[in-house]
Amino acid sequence: MSLLNILGISGSAVSAQSQRLNVVASNLANADSVAGPDGKAYRARQVVFQAQAAGADAAQVGVRVTDVIEDTTPGKRLHDPSHPLADADGYVTQSNVNVVEQMVDMISASRSYQNNVEVMNTAQQLALKTLQLGQ
Amino acid sequence: MLDRLTGTLQFQGEALALRAQRQQVLASNIANADTPNYQARDFDFGQALAQAAARIDGVPAGSVSLTSSGGSPLRVALAQPDAAGAAGKAFLPVSGASTSSQPAMLWRTPQQPTLDRNTVDLDRERANFADNSLRYEATLRFINGNVRNVLSAIRGE
Repeated sequence: MSLLNILGISGSAVSAQSQRLNVVASNLANADSVAGPDGKAYRARQVVFQAQAAGADAAQVGVRVTDVIEDTTPGKRLHDPSHPLADADGYVTQSNVNVVEQMVDMISASRSYQNNVEVMNTAQQLALKTLQLGQ
Repeated sequence: MLDRLTGTLQFQGEALALRAQRQQVLASNIANADTPNYQARDFDFGQALAQAAARIDGVPAGSVSLTSSGGSPLRVALAQPDAAGAAGKAFLPVSGASTSSQPAMLWRTPQQPTLDRNTVDLDRERANFADNSLRYEATLRFINGNVRNVLSAIRGE
């Protein structure tokens, strides 16, 4: 039944968007961190979405996260010789997270999440009404 | 006599199945609103229904006239919603013939091109989704009314 496939399609989108939200959350959490456990500064991460066939029908296209990539732009360098992680020249490398970008990404992900939840609600209501057909 | 009653039901059933399928296509578009390179798709409901109606045997006469381009009020009522929607969406046909039971899938023409070549316009998709839900429910009510009519005719109450 086509209406129940919608739950699968939108479910995949909801899961992908929540993963995106997770990545945004870890980026924001590390926006001010200067060094990770490996001694290097945190790099902003980003999810990669890809359309994925959700059934034999060409009309059913879900979405999935294929990869989580790291932003390669160099982090900000601050001159702070008193910092314990400062290098020989007295510079501290911060994470390359752009907080404004992350906030925009967060809002976008949250909107998409809501949209898909609404789609699932509508599909569920329609399916329930279809079950009551002829009564 | 009875085949006429069930013929109407069958026609409405085809319409319901097509509505459900369009709902699925629109849900796919909404799900992929943020996917790079995704091309939004849709199909022409009026055309698909006309095809389905032509496929069914024993379609009631009123429904057959839907497929012709005559000026009957039924035809106008059915064609208008899709004609009104088409003004905003303007389809490009996809190459490749459609199978008899599947409607021909079309790509949506983007109004505002994006850098990641995604052609989903979320506002339009949501509007279409709401519109399609409403029409799905309308079809459900038509079927319910039909069933009630047949039952009251059988009971003769």
